[in-house]
Amino acid sequence: MSVFHQVVKANESAILVGWLKQMSASTRRGDLINDVDLKEQASEFLKLFTEACQKSSDVQSEAFASTQEFLAEIAKSRLEQGFSTSETAMFVLSLKQPIFSAIRDAFKANPSELVSEIWASGDLLDQLAMLTIDSAITIRELTISRQQEEMLELSTPVVKLWDGILALPLIGTLDSARTQVVMESLLSAIVETNSQIAIIDITGVPTVDTLVAQHLIKTITAARLMGADCYLSGIRPAIAQTIVHLGIELIDVQTKAKLSDAFALALQRLGKAVVTTKPSATSPAQGRNRVA
Amino acid sequence: MALKAETHPIATSNDVVRVRQIVRAATIQLKFSLVEQTKFVTATSELARNTLEHGGGGWMTLEMVKNGLREGIKLTFRDNGPGIADIELALSEGYTSAGGMGLGLSGSKRLVNEFEITSELGQGTTVIVTRWK
Repeated sequence: MSVFHQVVKANESAILVGWLKQMSASTRRGDLINDVDLKEQASEFLKLFTEACQKSSDVQSEAFASTQEFLAEIAKSRLEQGFSTSETAMFVLSLKQPIFSAIRDAFKANPSELVSEIWASGDLLDQLAMLTIDSAITIRELTISRQQEEMLELSTPVVKLWDGILALPLIGTLDSARTQVVMESLLSAIVETNSQIAIIDITGVPTVDTLVAQHLIKTITAARLMGADCYLSGIRPAIAQTIVHLGIELIDVQTKAKLSDAFALALQRLGKAVVTTKPSATSPAQGRNRVA
Repeated sequence: MALKAETHPIATSNDVVRVRQIVRAATIQLKFSLVEQTKFVTATSELARNTLEHGGGGWMTLEMVKNGLREGIKLTFRDNGPGIADIELALSEGYTSAGGMGLGLSGSKRLVNEFEITSELGQGTTVIVTRWK
């Protein structure tokens, strides 16, 4: 069992000063965290670390639980403050230098013990730094998966264009999960708004392959089963040629190049028309300008 | 003559999207027209999804090739899956083994200039496609 923790305990204040100095030299980000907070965190960690070292030299053991917890907390707050992952890890790693010099002073007379103590403490600090990185990455991953879920929700809005006419502008990649959400939100919107016509616009879908086409056809068929007509719009020239070459048949589906064309068709189908009338009186803002 | 080659894994459906973007970037680099870009990217999407769904995952190698003055992109999709027993049947229109439309393989053949498929039962499948500018 190594004894470097005794050295650390005996020289705690000196190490703390050295550590803060080391941090300000290598990673200290004055713009992101202030001196008082940093000093508080540093002395708290040093206390937990020496306590844990007295009991065990295994980072995964029970003795290090509070140290691990503290580091996870540090990783979380650092990420929120805008530190990079390596800067977060440096919080632990920059402790090496002051501890090493304290050990060096304590074991001057005994080189072999000096090396083994330095190795033991260095190894521990490396592992703790890894743990910090791990928790930082876990936090990032959680953020990413949450964002993915949010995007799924955000990217499938059903909008009402007119009484009885719905539009579903699709943007991005249509995978199975997306299609499921799209289908559900479209079908429930058809019921809620009592719509006869739904327009699916694929202007924002970069690639239409057989899987996307199949998903679209399924959605359109489902809408039809509910008594609503479905138009497909936003088919760009390049996509049209690709669909033909792929051999996908969209004969049963009413398609239009532009959303406005599909909307016009929908209005026509419902017996409505957009007519040009005389422009209404000038708006208040323009009116004021004229007076001035 | 191959000018540049890089290999990307296809292990999840996100990888299908990723290789699609990589191929799109390559077609833009070679100044493919928009129609050519779309066709080739769609073929990539079909073949990458085949690699994932039928081959259980694999790799795509992208090569920038040159033949005299002509420049092109050559893609190799490789998997270690169960292989295809009857390639002719797999290439026929409307045949599907996974509940799809059955147009992926035959359709992507029409979207590229050169199409080559080799498969061995139990060993996996390799599809090589090239599109010249």
